[in-house]
Amino acid sequence: MLDVRKLSKAFAGFVAVDAVSLAVETRQTTAVIGPNGAGKSTFFNLITGHLRPDSGQVLLDGRDITGTPPHRICRLGIGRSFQRTNIFTRLSVLENVQAALLAHRGRGHDFWSRSERFYRDEAEELLGSIGLAHQADSTAGTLAYGNQKQLELGIALASDPQVLLLDEPTAGMSATETREAMKLLERIAGERGLTLIFTEHDMEVVFSIAEKIAVLHQGRVLAKGTPAEVRADAEVRRVYLGERP
Amino acid sequence: MNRVALGRSIPWTLVVFLIAVWVPALGSRYDTFLGTQIAIDALFVVSLNLLLGTTGLVSFGHAAYFGIGAYACGILMKTYGVPFVIAFPAAALIAAFFALIFGFFCVRLSALYFAMLTLAFAQIVWAICFKWNAVTGGDEGLPNIPYPKLDWISSLPGLGDLSIADEFYLLTILMVALSFAILRQVIRSPFGRMLTTIRDNPERAAFIGLNVRAYELAAFVVAGGFAGLAGALYGIFNRGAFADYVFWSKSAEVLIMTILGGINYFWGPPVGAFALVWLNQEITSYTQYWPFVLGVVLLVLLFGFPGGIVGGLVAGYERLRRMLRPRHA
Ligand SMILES: Nc1ncnc2c1ncn2[C@@H]1O[C@H](COP(=O)(O)OP(=O)(O)OP(=O)(O)O)[C@@H](O)[C@H]1O
Ligand SMILES: [Mg+2]
Repeated sequence: MLDVRKLSKAFAGFVAVDAVSLAVETRQTTAVIGPNGAGKSTFFNLITGHLRPDSGQVLLDGRDITGTPPHRICRLGIGRSFQRTNIFTRLSVLENVQAALLAHRGRGHDFWSRSERFYRDEAEELLGSIGLAHQADSTAGTLAYGNQKQLELGIALASDPQVLLLDEPTAGMSATETREAMKLLERIAGERGLTLIFTEHDMEVVFSIAEKIAVLHQGRVLAKGTPAEVRADAEVRRVYLGERP
Repeated sequence: MNRVALGRSIPWTLVVFLIAVWVPALGSRYDTFLGTQIAIDALFVVSLNLLLGTTGLVSFGHAAYFGIGAYACGILMKTYGVPFVIAFPAAALIAAFFALIFGFFCVRLSALYFAMLTLAFAQIVWAICFKWNAVTGGDEGLPNIPYPKLDWISSLPGLGDLSIADEFYLLTILMVALSFAILRQVIRSPFGRMLTTIRDNPERAAFIGLNVRAYELAAFVVAGGFAGLAGALYGIFNRGAFADYVFWSKSAEVLIMTILGGINYFWGPPVGAFALVWLNQEITSYTQYWPFVLGVVLLVLLFGFPGGIVGGLVAGYERLRRMLRPRHA
């Protein structure tokens, strides 16, 4: 599905991502973990076109998409959420999802209809599936933090992605919220047959839902494999898991 | 918090138009004069607000397209004898064309640099208008732009004998009302919705699949075109096109009107235009310190009503409604 080959990126000489390769199978759930500053967000930004890699390739279904701008990547079926919540704060919750549907269906050039009439039912259904139906008319910026994260997921899903990259989907949530958010994610990924790649600091979450784990450390892949393999890796235990007993 | 739905269902453009139609009949010649001025400024500020309030782009050079519209319409009508019905839309197209070229470069830059580049282009246009004697009349300007033929307005049933200024006023408010109807629709369309996503969060907008620069450029072109229409009317109204229409202080003036009225509402900027033109007239007749008074008024308004006049009114109305509503009725 997604095949990342030897991706590298340096910021003014500082190598943030160093020859990282990662192959992800369709419908597989992959976690990218690593301490702060390991390069996880940068890695995502390289895949989604927000940053241009210095070297390496990103292949989607065998097609080279390296260096494609974000709006095209999105249309190719890669969805994402951002580490710092990224929603349309002054639009209503419903309008957020509606806008994403309009954009995805190529309706944005339409000057002569009324935007609020489009895809209402679909938008409401989508909000229902992420548990935000009762907040549809609220202004997005006034939602509680956890709900904003859910909405961001809704916006990403509106583009009907095959691959979904989530950068710390549970950052800032309480333990209960985290568990619920991950349950929701698992269900949606299952229903939609999504290929999920996420970063997460909560090891309990990671080891409970990831089928594959890649450990980044100082921009390099320290280890890669099934949760059991990664857990057994001596290097990982020393550098990373050891820090968080 | 639920969103304000105040007056959403009222067709304000039609209502204001139907009231404004009575100004020549009921008011003085001076009222008609002020009314024309306000209507033209209202169109100018609404076009700017498509950038500011809808797309989140701050332009410091919007007067460029206003001025280009004024010169284009003036030159076509005066130098080439083109009738108004053709010169007027042509002015919009020419202004939009320049907006396309300048905007192409501007949207490549982010926030502050975007603003600076719009200003730079406007000053370039100003320099050309000021120096290119053969076409623009240089520092003399382009005087004596002819009035369009408007006798047909007086021959409409029920209107009776009107002065040419009255006729031009009626033409102006009709053109402005039509422009408002179009712009209102554009803002409500899927295209307009895309612009609001860019305003709220350009990074996310790109990642719902939007080519953000292309949308920004489209908004810039539409805004430029309608500013051109306003300019075309202004040139005729003022009996001439002059380089100071394009000067940076004109760009600052529309920006002030827009913010003063409130950028979050379609009718905010026109209210700002009304307030500023009216205040200007009132205060200059009492004191010569108009800029000083204006400064103080602006300070008070900006700190007292951060959402502008209309933002403040809506907030006040909301508070009143909450106070009057019985708890948990
Ligand atoms: N635009 C940038 N310019 C310069 N340095 C950057 C930039 N973006 C990231 N970095 C640096 O690259 C390194 C990797 O950052 P990145 O955000 O990818 O880490 P991360 O693994 O996502 O960390 P966290 O867990 O804190 O989110 C950090 O040292 C960071 O300071
Ligand atoms: Mg990160």
